[in-house]
Amino acid sequence: MKVELRHIHKHFGNVHANDDVSLTIEAGTIHGLLGENGAGKSTLVKILSGFITRDSGEIALDGRPAHIQSPADALRYGIGMLHQDPLDFPPLTAIENFMAGSLATPALLNARAAERGFRALCSQFNFDLDPHARVSDLTVGERQQLEIVRLLANGAGTLILDEPTTGISASQKTLLFDALRRLAREGKSIIFVSHKLEDVEELCDCVTVMRRGRVVGELDLRPYRSNGHAGHWPADKRFEVTTRIVEMMFGKELAMPTKPATHQDEVILSLDGFVLRSDRLEMRIEHLAVQRGEVIGIAGLEGSGQQLFLMTCAGLEHPAAGSIHVGGRDLTHKPYNDFLRAGVCYLPADRLRDGLISGLTIQEHVALRMSGKGIFIDRAAAAQEAERAIATFNIRGRPDTAVERLSGGNQQRTQLALMPAPLNVLLMEHPTRGLDIESTLWVWQQLIARCNQGTAILFASSDLDEIVQYSDRVIVFSGGRISPPIAATELTADSLGQMIGGRF
Amino acid sequence: MESAQLLIILATAIASATPLVFACIGETITERAGVINLSAEGTVMLCAMVGFVAAKTADNVWLGFVAAAIVGALIALVVAYGAITLKQSQIAIGFVLALLCSDLSAYLGNPYVRIPGPTVPPRFPIPILQDIPLIGPLFFREGDILVYAGYVLIAVTWFYFYRTRGGLTLRAIGEQPAAAFARGHNVIALRYIYTLIGGALMGIAGAAFSLDFKAGWSYRHTAGYGWIALAIVIFGGWNPLRAALGAYLFGMLQSLASVAQSAIPDVPTQVFTVAPFVLMILVLVLTSGDWLDRLLSYLPVNARRSLSRALRTAPPAALGRPFEQD
Repeated sequence: MKVELRHIHKHFGNVHANDDVSLTIEAGTIHGLLGENGAGKSTLVKILSGFITRDSGEIALDGRPAHIQSPADALRYGIGMLHQDPLDFPPLTAIENFMAGSLATPALLNARAAERGFRALCSQFNFDLDPHARVSDLTVGERQQLEIVRLLANGAGTLILDEPTTGISASQKTLLFDALRRLAREGKSIIFVSHKLEDVEELCDCVTVMRRGRVVGELDLRPYRSNGHAGHWPADKRFEVTTRIVEMMFGKELAMPTKPATHQDEVILSLDGFVLRSDRLEMRIEHLAVQRGEVIGIAGLEGSGQQLFLMTCAGLEHPAAGSIHVGGRDLTHKPYNDFLRAGVCYLPADRLRDGLISGLTIQEHVALRMSGKGIFIDRAAAAQEAERAIATFNIRGRPDTAVERLSGGNQQRTQLALMPAPLNVLLMEHPTRGLDIESTLWVWQQLIARCNQGTAILFASSDLDEIVQYSDRVIVFSGGRISPPIAATELTADSLGQMIGGRF
Repeated sequence: MESAQLLIILATAIASATPLVFACIGETITERAGVINLSAEGTVMLCAMVGFVAAKTADNVWLGFVAAAIVGALIALVVAYGAITLKQSQIAIGFVLALLCSDLSAYLGNPYVRIPGPTVPPRFPIPILQDIPLIGPLFFREGDILVYAGYVLIAVTWFYFYRTRGGLTLRAIGEQPAAAFARGHNVIALRYIYTLIGGALMGIAGAAFSLDFKAGWSYRHTAGYGWIALAIVIFGGWNPLRAALGAYLFGMLQSLASVAQSAIPDVPTQVFTVAPFVLMILVLVLTSGDWLDRLLSYLPVNARRSLSRALRTAPPAALGRPFEQD
């Protein structure tokens, strides 16, 4: 089925999540939809699957306009979607899930007939699923397989997969990719939503790149491959493709570095033989010494291990090997409290989940941080301190405003206001994500003021302009490797793109 | 005590649990759809009054049941509107309604206290079935038409839950409404429907008290039964069979208490009125939670696993949470 989306718009409050997005997916192809988190990919495919209603724009299937306002409509047109978090019924068995909501299910359940169909489909794709297992006992990959089989039994001609390779094993990924290739050969159209460049390159025929709610580029990958569909790539071609896609994802022009020199000669943070290990990747930093007042920008595709790195530096995770020194003190394998006492602070990306406490007010956050000796809260002092923080940090809120009612920018200002005063190392993820320009400038003004006081900052961002503008040195995370630091002034859009693509 | 006598006591106990069966099945259906109708106590009581008054006024006992079912559904409509459409706390809505409806029954039903009214025709043995040894006298000899309707309701509900597409969908919307929505179901409408059906059944339970098993009307005529129904649903693991078993067990405890009361007249009667409620809670606690694990640990491993699987239950995952579309 040929799927066409034309001039789709969608707003969530002030956020323009889809801004005039047009996209065409040919029948029998696997189409990659690539972009960083928050680029608007999920919104777009949820519109196609009827989960979200669009503000304006048209959808056409095989050239005819389609009226999709609900998932029921989309199913009728043969559009099925695999959601990022599996939307199934965990306490029910696999076969019950298979039957639930299926158009083919008769009013009186016939478990035996359903099981026959289920097994036949599973064996077609080499899926090994026990029909009587409870879904809550299945792995994410198996739940995905179950959903694929269910959607196909419902006659889906278009399959949407939202970040399907997150949380599944390598062998399940191979199985999934084989199944998708096979379905494409049968003439079905597949939309593969991902922020993982290597998955898209391996699997997709075409790729569309989204950034900040807009389509910023499209590329047909087939001409680059040696033999059309299959995943074989000549090495030089693959590199060319990577470079072009990264260019689309991050733009060709880079902003000029604007950060004043703030670094002092004293080394505040040093990592030696530092090894980070998670279930899927292992990364190594031979030696990194960060000076007081220095800003290190961390670039790379999202999910390349930046978060693990920052959390390990913050003492929330332990390195698999190597040592970490802050201000000359060895903190390797020391508890988190020692890191706090050494003046290390970590501001996570998800402000409301990991940073601030929903339901508490600004004043209560201030009171929490004051950590007085007595049993009672010194309300007057907390109120005064909160008023002061609101004034200095220009927070649009009152001491008794609950933090979840603040805008993103004001939440970030609150987080900054709550940071302890003498600070040696500040670790941040996406310091200005979701903030308007004014707030962004203001936040960096505050951060640079901190640098002048001798704080070293390490921050990860998917905004390359931000990285180049505000960093002294940049390191790049790519495919399980970490590049050596490079001075921001020496970077070009080209060289940075190549590094993100894995060439360094 | 002779065995024939014991059999009659047990048969009466099973029969007298019928209103509770209706209430428990009704609440089970509602909660499976993801909505808690906590107004059970008030619904049962107000509907007992309404059923009695309607039957007395129309001089037709069946019209009493119809009126009770309608009022039960209307109370459930308030719950549904507050919980599903307004997305307010289901606990708060249900609790307020429980108190309000109980008091309303006392106020509105005052003129009808302790006057005679129509009742369901008694004792309706089923031919052939009543002659089966043991089963016959226990289940099919002492009861009236409502008792047998109760059996049918249990069987139909179980069959609907586990053997039909509609039942599968019902279980689905209580577990993961977003997934049901993704499969094309109208979660909101279905939740309304099942909440109303559950409310109507609770209404019928009320009328079954005032027109049959506790015939007549008095101040707080059915006090406690709504709450115990809610408890039985929880410990019955949201399964219609187990919930019904719980209701019958409670009926048994009640008739044992009355037998004990006549056997030991020195003990104040209040003890025997309250005892079944306390015993029931104890039984329910013992058959669920950590206690169950401790009990099971005395069993051989093989028996333990299958028994644990059969007894272990979890509430519908979306119980009490409104469904946010978008």
